[in-house]
Amino acid sequence: MTPLISPWLPAEAGGGVPVLPVEAAGTFWWLWLIIALPALGATLLLLGGRLTNPWGHLLGTAMSAGSFGVALVMFVALLGRSEEERQVRQQLWTWLDVGDYTVDMSLLFDPLSAVFVLLITGVGTLIHIYSIGYMAHDERRGRFFAYLNLFVVAMLVLVLADDYLAVFLGWEGVGLASYLLIGFWAHKQSAAVAAKKAFVVNRVGDVGMSLAVMTMVATFSTSSFVGVSAGMPEASSGTSTALGLLLLLAACGKSAQVPLQSWLLDAMEGPTPVSALIHAATMVTAGVYLIVRSNYVYAETPVAQVAVMAVGLVTLLFGAVIGCAKDDIKKALAGSTMSQIGYMTLAAGIGPAGYAFAIFHLLTHGFFKANMFLGAGSVMHAMDDDVDMRHYGALSRAMPITFLTFAAGYLAIIGFPGFAGFWSKDKIIEAAFAEGWVFGVGALLGAGVTAFYMTRVMLMTFISKKRWRSGVHPHESPSVMTVPLVVLGALSAVGGVLLLGGWITGWLEPVTGPEGEHELFVSPFILTSLVTLVVLAGVVVAWLVFGRGELAGTAPQRVSWVTRAARNDLYGDAFNEAVFMRPGQHLVRGLVYLDDTIIDGVVNGVAALVGGSSGQVRRAQTGFVRSYALTMLGGALVAVLATLAVTLA
Amino acid sequence: MTGEFDVPKVEYALVLPLLVVFGGALVGVVIEAFASRAWRYTAQVGVTVTTLVAALVSTVLVGVGLDSIGGDVPARGELVVEGAIVVDGPSVFLWGLLLVLSLISALLFAERRLEGGLTSFAGQAAALPGTDAERVASTERIEHTEVFPLMLFAVGGMMVFPAAGDLLIMFVALEVLSLPLYLLCGLARRRRLLSQEAAMKYFLLGAFSSAFFLYGIALVYGYAGSFDLTAIDQAVSASTAGTPLLLAGIALIAVGLLFKIGAAPFHAWTPDVYQGAPTAVTGFMAACTKIAAFGALLRVFYVGFGGASWDWRPLIWVVAILTMVVGSLVAITQSDIKRMLAYSSIAHAGFVLVGFVGLYSGNATGAGITSLSSVLFYLTTYGFSTLGAFAVVTLVRDAGGETTHLSRWAGLGRSSPVLAGAFAFFLLAFAGIPLTSGFMGKWMVFAAAWAGGAWVLVVIAVLTSLVAAFFYVRVIVVMFFSDPGVDAPAVAVPSALTAAVIAVAVAATVLLGVVPGPVLDLAQQAGAFVR
Repeated sequence: MTPLISPWLPAEAGGGVPVLPVEAAGTFWWLWLIIALPALGATLLLLGGRLTNPWGHLLGTAMSAGSFGVALVMFVALLGRSEEERQVRQQLWTWLDVGDYTVDMSLLFDPLSAVFVLLITGVGTLIHIYSIGYMAHDERRGRFFAYLNLFVVAMLVLVLADDYLAVFLGWEGVGLASYLLIGFWAHKQSAAVAAKKAFVVNRVGDVGMSLAVMTMVATFSTSSFVGVSAGMPEASSGTSTALGLLLLLAACGKSAQVPLQSWLLDAMEGPTPVSALIHAATMVTAGVYLIVRSNYVYAETPVAQVAVMAVGLVTLLFGAVIGCAKDDIKKALAGSTMSQIGYMTLAAGIGPAGYAFAIFHLLTHGFFKANMFLGAGSVMHAMDDDVDMRHYGALSRAMPITFLTFAAGYLAIIGFPGFAGFWSKDKIIEAAFAEGWVFGVGALLGAGVTAFYMTRVMLMTFISKKRWRSGVHPHESPSVMTVPLVVLGALSAVGGVLLLGGWITGWLEPVTGPEGEHELFVSPFILTSLVTLVVLAGVVVAWLVFGRGELAGTAPQRVSWVTRAARNDLYGDAFNEAVFMRPGQHLVRGLVYLDDTIIDGVVNGVAALVGGSSGQVRRAQTGFVRSYALTMLGGALVAVLATLAVTLA
Repeated sequence: MTGEFDVPKVEYALVLPLLVVFGGALVGVVIEAFASRAWRYTAQVGVTVTTLVAALVSTVLVGVGLDSIGGDVPARGELVVEGAIVVDGPSVFLWGLLLVLSLISALLFAERRLEGGLTSFAGQAAALPGTDAERVASTERIEHTEVFPLMLFAVGGMMVFPAAGDLLIMFVALEVLSLPLYLLCGLARRRRLLSQEAAMKYFLLGAFSSAFFLYGIALVYGYAGSFDLTAIDQAVSASTAGTPLLLAGIALIAVGLLFKIGAAPFHAWTPDVYQGAPTAVTGFMAACTKIAAFGALLRVFYVGFGGASWDWRPLIWVVAILTMVVGSLVAITQSDIKRMLAYSSIAHAGFVLVGFVGLYSGNATGAGITSLSSVLFYLTTYGFSTLGAFAVVTLVRDAGGETTHLSRWAGLGRSSPVLAGAFAFFLLAFAGIPLTSGFMGKWMVFAAAWAGGAWVLVVIAVLTSLVAAFFYVRVIVVMFFSDPGVDAPAVAVPSALTAAVIAVAVAATVLLGVVPGPVLDLAQQAGAFVR
């Protein structure tokens, strides 16, 4: 019988796996090329400006594909090595050298970063290809591919760096690239606002990251994986917990986990390929990468581990509920992304028993979610960039390829037996049940809700009666867009092969340590059947609600409070506004008031000065010297008295 | 009377950089008196640049020849001119930095293309705005070339300020650097009333703060019986408890220095003065004055009052927090670029104070980051980006001169992407994004403070830099993501001078972010203060 939440909270700790790389030689000497190729592409495209428009998309795609090719060769070479030699480090240059604190710019290619590199460059290349068609009519297409390449570079730096400070570099880099890409259609006011929001919320997470790195430097005098993983067993439990929680905060920001989830839904303002690449397949999974990579930190701190699991559980339900109420197809998918990453975070929090499954689900999710986003893009393409699912319907006949590939993604995400998501999600639910009832039941419930909202998307878009606006004539997208869909659709179907013979767990063992045994209260088969039943129930309920009668062309207004809450992103923005923004605004207003009107209450319009030319501005500035002088006097008095009081008291 | 007058011993070779700068300034005065008006501009620019380059070369020579004298953190250098000037690692580093930044500022001062062949300084400062005399001055195309010697005097004062080994010399240096700046602030060609008002305010408040500083010196003299920092240090370390005399003196000296730095609550002058002064002067002040003042602050508190650090640390803690919070929060509501940059500079002063009060003198091995070296590095990164940002401000103009209202910058990214890109890059550096110099600077300062145990301060600093990032990004959004207004300002095509300033600043901001090694190494080499 598993307990409600495992009682091992403060008990067992330790067992982290140290990072012990070997120097790169032979084939691995070319490791730097993986990053250099897209970096070259981004540089050429940015410098070339408009000149690159005719061929920029080809260059960008070629660079990404080349990078994938190199990564594939490296991966095969790594497969050929024995387990002890599967962590390869290539030193590039020394970034920072301050006495005994050194930060190297060096790359670490190990089983974990290898699968990430393949995912980033592989899915990335497919999305580059797709974008050739999707962005065909955009006058700044060259610029778009420059940003895409830039993103790939930053993401590769993030997963290949072997020092937390260098990870931070990629971390900020992907944030910047994401900012540029969300705001790519800056003529839309909403896009510019969304871009800014993503940037600022991400910075909150970055606070966690930078404080974590500072703690490492203060404790271990180093921030390299090797140094930190070697030093962790000796660190005090307070330090370990602080590190674990700070890294979790960082992960929450980047991976849109509660409480830093609010930016992801707005980020859907960016072009759809961006949503597929950054906000589904790669960047948003960086938080999961960080936690799995820092397994040696979490091994020392059960408290932080439970925090990770809790965040994962809350987010997976939170995102799923939001996904149920959205009529915007991209936002529905974004809620789902949030929820699926919640699954990964939950698995990563479980520890060695869950790491491999977190990564496994991350990979399969990368396939099927990128697939569905690109499918959604294809649909939008056909519907004149309309994103409202209430204006869709009966598209299966008009766009057969999009429909079939989307269906593959759909079956994968709900966990239809045999498809990729079935294998990966099932493993997470199993591990969660072994960890505690609360987590298991939550994950199970999430699977049911997932089935519900995905079926809803499927029905509203492809199956139900057509509700097209006048003048819309849907058509299948060109082959440059459908070929990537077919590839990703196939991967969504067969991605589960990675689990054959426990390959993925064995492969990641040098990084995360052995999987360990967990006890289940029932046989795995019964649990799997239970999961499948719950999923089936979700599908049936969705069919009963959305599959039969007519669907309204506009969202009904008289709805339950649950629906209303979910439509408002469960009041995430309202919460931020009430808790952070308003007090902040009051503080700012107060400070500005003090600063402008110090003491004798002179209120002058700054506005009066604005725009006036030299001759008209007579009494220009706001403050009087006497009031400034009075503050100085007051400040000086307080300074003197306080110094005296503190010391002489 | 049998008393003999001892001729003071002056190590001319070691103070050569100071002599060169003051010499150059005097030559400038002579030129002003004797050269014909037609030749003055050329002559003055030539003399100024030559002087600064010569001083820089001699600074490098002095730096190379410094003897190491050991210590926990190895110090190099010696007391010269009877202990009045200290030529040590930090002094030489700051001299070099000040001279490089002054050289760049001099190029901004010399820019003539933007105002149709005239410098951006008033033609005839004595002519009242809006009078016939002013019109005559502008039709006859008169220029004030005195700005160049004035600037050299200010630079000389700035160099002595952090190198003074004696509180009186420090006070003299403070006045030498301040008086020319008061004048320069009032010399704008456009918006002259605003400029004169700024100068007046700066002068009055500066005089006020000098009085605090001087009174503090008097109190400390009463306590220690000497102006000499080394002697003060001995007196402070010898006694176990602080006395009211010493503590009040320390607090008042701190007030004087914090005023120059622009730390809250002594920052009120900054936005007004930065906005009103000619932009070239604002850039010069924002970069160089702040560097010199921080140098002096470090020396006085580390050397003179190091023994009483427990007494003044709480004060600086509070000031640092207040400065960061006021600077970054109030910046959010600013709608004028120059005012926004002023508040941003206040916030940056707060970040440097965090490094300053971390009081970390290296780990057991004596190697690694120290508070001193991290602050020196931060000042370097900050100086270049700040000058670059103000250089960009000089270029966005309409018929009435510079347009500094934020709304007028809307859509700048579309009309002139290169310039807006450079400005966005400086803003990202201010925000501390990796691969820019700003990130390395913040990283070093915060890491040193963290290691020194001031973790509460570091957390506050990281949070306020998060807030600061918000308004930097806001400007970027306005520039790139908004539509240009109907009467969008034109971006003036600068001469090679301003273009060079921006190019150098961008290059420095990139290099210090990507390969900070060499400069960090220099800051390390500066070692510790010589007592």
